[in-house]
Amino acid sequence: MEKPLRMLMAKPGLDGHDRGAKTVARALRDAGIEVIYTGLRQTPEMIVEAAIQEDVDGVGLSILSGAHMTLVPRILDGLHRAGADHVQVFVGGIIPDEDVEPLLEAGVSGVFGPGSSLKSITEFVRLRLGGA
Amino acid sequence: MDLAAEALGGNRYALARLISLIEDGGVEAAQALAAIHPKTGNAHIIGVTGGPGTGKSTLVNQLALQLRARGRTVGIIAVDPSSPFSGGALLGDRVRMRDLAGDSGVFVRSMATRGSAGGLARATAGVARVLDAVGFDVVLIETVGAGQIEVDIARTAHTTLVVEAPGLGDEVQAIKAGLFEIADIIVVNKMDHPGAYRTISALKLVSERPEMDATLPARWSVPIQETIALDGTGVSALLDAVDTHREFLRMTGQWAQRERTIAKHELLIGLQQRLLADLLIEIGDQRLQDWVERVANREMDCYSAVCSILQGVPALRQE
Repeated sequence: MEKPLRMLMAKPGLDGHDRGAKTVARALRDAGIEVIYTGLRQTPEMIVEAAIQEDVDGVGLSILSGAHMTLVPRILDGLHRAGADHVQVFVGGIIPDEDVEPLLEAGVSGVFGPGSSLKSITEFVRLRLGGA
Repeated sequence: MDLAAEALGGNRYALARLISLIEDGGVEAAQALAAIHPKTGNAHIIGVTGGPGTGKSTLVNQLALQLRARGRTVGIIAVDPSSPFSGGALLGDRVRMRDLAGDSGVFVRSMATRGSAGGLARATAGVARVLDAVGFDVVLIETVGAGQIEVDIARTAHTTLVVEAPGLGDEVQAIKAGLFEIADIIVVNKMDHPGAYRTISALKLVSERPEMDATLPARWSVPIQETIALDGTGVSALLDAVDTHREFLRMTGQWAQRERTIAKHELLIGLQQRLLADLLIEIGDQRLQDWVERVANREMDCYSAVCSILQGVPALRQE
């Protein structure tokens, strides 16, 4: 049996709406990925710690609060300092168009705004994480 | 990087990657387990099992917090089921363990069953060994939690906690499910719910054992601990009971007996996997498919097919 991919799904910051994150988590599971769902109100430090302990291939961040330009770089930095540069970070939620490029340049692998189809998300994630 | 050496040296990322290696199985996993083996044997392995909705994860969170307050380090393995269709899994036990974040004396790892039945993943025992080897005082293993068929944990842990909660259905169900055969400690959680004392009465009625022959080895009397995991009520007393059980095992020589049970279980699983893997390589995919066709078409029954297959393997030919 092929070794499954492992991915962390987290909601950093104070944003309390998790239906989207849970929907994506289930879709990724249905695509054969082991999804570690950490829930709401995660600090960047908690996310990095979990990513390390769980030895994930990717991290999915769901941010609807608009705080992505503060939170995401801190998470990327934390992963880098922990020696986890190979871990790919994906961001979904309410992300204004003008922030997409800066996020990608900062090291994010993919940004999924509102209206992104589950199919496009799961296919992209599988492709980038090296799954079949 | 020598993962085992790095992990034993305290590198937490190396530990995590070592655990992944063990999970994935294969030759490297075997080598890693051999490398860490000399350091194993110190941790108290505690299993936490029980049906859905009984509050296992919340209880594990509280147990870990109180263990930390008592100065012990804790490794936690939380097992959730893999989808038999997609092979993926939703591992959500960490959600209940946010209180433990940021504490270097705690390590939490979620594991998917990856096809194993029985409440644990195939590699769970090996992962527990790794956490033991790197120096955690206690390893808490939270099983899948289907409730009824989870005997694996009793062969993997020194002390098994079975968690019940009131109002989840007929108390008799728990009794029928072999609860008392695997429980070292029964925990009735959610004591603030209606019907809690009825649950306790029902369990007490069935847990009473007849007087034992004094010449037989000392018998552990399974206590019923009452908790409200959400706010930590009763968890300190539960930990005292866990410590008492550990002392009992050590003083009566039954700790060594548990170690033997654990070792035998691991050995049998290892042999099973290795023999099957080697056999499948020997037979080859195409021939296996041929046999599958024959059984599916009713040309031959499964038992006869097994005999015929083994007849065809020189090393295993039964005379």
